[in-house]
Amino acid sequence: MEQFAVKVFIRLRPSVLDPAGEATKSASIKLGAEGIKSLRIGKMIEVKIEGNGENEVREKIDLLCDRLFANTVIEDYEYSLEKL
Amino acid sequence: MDNFTVGVVVFPGSNCDRDVSWALEGCLDIRTKYLWHESSDLSDVDAIVLPGGFSYGDYLRCGAIARFSPLINALDYFVKSGRRVLGICNGFQILTESGFLPGALTANKNLNFICDDVELDIVSSKGGWFNDGDEKQTIKLPIAHGEGRYHCDSDTLKKLVDNELIALRYKNNPNGSSFDIAGITNEKGNVLGLMPHPERACDETIGGTDGLFTLKSLILK
Repeated sequence: MEQFAVKVFIRLRPSVLDPAGEATKSASIKLGAEGIKSLRIGKMIEVKIEGNGENEVREKIDLLCDRLFANTVIEDYEYSLEKL
Repeated sequence: MDNFTVGVVVFPGSNCDRDVSWALEGCLDIRTKYLWHESSDLSDVDAIVLPGGFSYGDYLRCGAIARFSPLINALDYFVKSGRRVLGICNGFQILTESGFLPGALTANKNLNFICDDVELDIVSSKGGWFNDGDEKQTIKLPIAHGEGRYHCDSDTLKKLVDNELIALRYKNNPNGSSFDIAGITNEKGNVLGLMPHPERACDETIGGTDGLFTLKSLILK
């Protein structure tokens, strides 16, 4: 068995309004930060997982992302995978 | 209907389960039974209410963890058998997360937790959940949510409109929901999800009785 470190990034789809991102953008501008054109908030999930090779682990992560980590009606996901 | 029993599901974090039970038993004389979320035996209930609250702390997303409970797994057969399921607030969120109803519910546009009475237009009474006479009907129900903004893609919205699956629309959209949607049904009409709380509008002394009709509809075949 091999062990992998996976970082999953979940973002609201571009068509979905992100009010928390808008509020943070507004605060960023009040802080004096200039030039912010867009600010959107997502989630990052770190998983350590073992399996027989990268392909098997990717299958597991795809299932987790599609069924649990993200709601694909409103969210997109992507992930990076590193062998430990 | 003497033995008709409505199952009221209790998740860790549910907080409207007793209100629903009170409204059904006390105001409508309909028998209820609490169903712990780990139960998958739905054989002795005739309809089910998924009440409001914060199931599993609403971790990850509202309703996302509840969807994997044994009870929700058993719900598919229950729904296919034609029996009625009413999802209120967090219950609506669970029904969308688990795919019984299309779309998703996410953070209110203004980020506020909104606790207020709202006026709602009855758009369709598919399944007989609302009293829709010849004239346009408006009801007033309380809402209490931070994540009640209904969202779906344009194809889904068209399907909802074309098939008369939109049950309720806000008169003055409080949360930014697409098309002012406050409640929808499945195609068969036996599953209703809505953000407003009918169980909190079942007695004049607490502000109105516009929720009675929907709760009473649970006993319809």
